[in-house]
Amino acid sequence: MKLEEIISAILLGAGALLMLVAAIGLLRFPDLFLRMSATTKAATLGMMLFMLALIVAFQDSGVTTRAIAIAIFTFLTLPVPAHLLGRAAYFMGVPLWKGTQVDELRGKYDPYTHHLESEPVKSELPESKAD
Amino acid sequence: MTLQFFALYGVMSALAIALLLVMIRLIKGPTLPDRVVALDILSVLGIGFVATYCIGSGRSAYLDVAIVLGLLVFLGTVAFARYLERRV
Repeated sequence: MKLEEIISAILLGAGALLMLVAAIGLLRFPDLFLRMSATTKAATLGMMLFMLALIVAFQDSGVTTRAIAIAIFTFLTLPVPAHLLGRAAYFMGVPLWKGTQVDELRGKYDPYTHHLESEPVKSELPESKAD
Repeated sequence: MTLQFFALYGVMSALAIALLLVMIRLIKGPTLPDRVVALDILSVLGIGFVATYCIGSGRSAYLDVAIVLGLLVFLGTVAFARYLERRV
């Protein structure tokens, strides 16, 4: 094996391992928010490593450009939907893990306008509608 | 052991195990956002499969598929999140 093949194989293996870690975290963690914290970080880094492995393996300007484009897309677009989804899940009343110590957002979202207040608002969050 | 062999057998099997675990969460997931997160990770795994197959086969043309998949994942998950927030 040539040197660039060895480097590419190492990067590829590390990326696959991170994807596996993300999947195990998604399966094993106890509530939605912990699961999201596992998957978004590990999957983003795994994708970066895959793209680096592609760049090292091919050493071609076209492949490099496309791989960098995919890496930037991933880096920009994986956290944003995760944030939106976590916000929507909090409004839906997805249950938190029973070992959760502090929930600083409790009562600070207006349940009707979805605005965040610094003081607790009067009306509580609507009951859980998660299915 | 060449890089192609490692990509096609080692990395692909690790990704396949990850796919299986994500599918279990997708079927089992107690709430709807759990399933949406699982779908998100499923398509990220799809991009990983495409990249691995690029290295394994030595053809770079498949990378365009990965670009399209990356864009569609974003739109799909944002649409799901908007829908879930409106539904409350």
